[in-house]
Amino acid sequence: MLQEFEFLGVLGAITLTIPVVTLIIAWLLRPKKPNPAKQETYESGIKTIGDTWVQFKAQYYIYAIIFVVFDIEAVFLFPFAVALRQLPLYSLIWAIVFIVLLFDGLLYGWRKGALHWN
Amino acid sequence: MPFDPSQIPIVQIVFFVMTACAIGGAIGVVSSPNLFHSALYLVLSLFGVAGYYVLLSAGFLAVVQLMVYVGAIAILILFAIMFARRLMGQGENQNNQQWWLSLPIVMILFAVLVGVVNTVSWPVSGAEPTGDTVMELGHAFLGSYLIPFEVVSILLSVALIGGIFLAREKVEAEEA
Repeated sequence: MLQEFEFLGVLGAITLTIPVVTLIIAWLLRPKKPNPAKQETYESGIKTIGDTWVQFKAQYYIYAIIFVVFDIEAVFLFPFAVALRQLPLYSLIWAIVFIVLLFDGLLYGWRKGALHWN
Repeated sequence: MPFDPSQIPIVQIVFFVMTACAIGGAIGVVSSPNLFHSALYLVLSLFGVAGYYVLLSAGFLAVVQLMVYVGAIAILILFAIMFARRLMGQGENQNNQQWWLSLPIVMILFAVLVGVVNTVSWPVSGAEPTGDTVMELGHAFLGSYLIPFEVVSILLSVALIGGIFLAREKVEAEEA
């Protein structure tokens, strides 16, 4: 098991190293002449309005909940998908039942207008 | 003496790095003055726990830990913090006037936990970890654990409906 993850570890080390090294090189080479205009928060060239720590709409929370539920659904379906070719055909029907049961929840949200953006 | 790469204790190094992530993150969660940063420290801590699963040959569980906890639950917590303007302020003190009350309770809890860890005989299995856990999980889900598998679907559906119902109520109350 650990051997399989060695590859991931090496890949992770390389992906971490490249941006860090690039930033260090940039930090060594760049001229340091800060002024208030440069220190401003960049927002597409427009001056930022108000506080940066704004309150988000509660509506986003529904999307976060739906995301969590379907994330867990994906976790349960993933082993099924891996073993699909070795499983008997009726397993596919049970997996479809699994998805349909969850789709009910989504349908409820849909009908209630939870996915409607205003 | 020539350098032998196989002598590097990779498992130990990974263990220490992951422990540093888990404990450092946990300390960050309870000590950061900014609640938003606390939530980000929690991500680091959960990532460290995922590393333990890899070391314990539970690769699928490690991926699940990353997907569900680091990917989804942490986002949910960050969202919850971003909805509360009052909690978003920087420089909030995590301690309140009752810290002295919780201190002895926490110490007793710590003593109990240490006592339990030291007295329980932890059974060690000599069995080799199976190779392809994902494949076996797939067979188990659609085989001997079919009913729990389907019940999970109902549970998730209930969670989804309940979440939508509660959040929807909040949105409607806000709009009114």
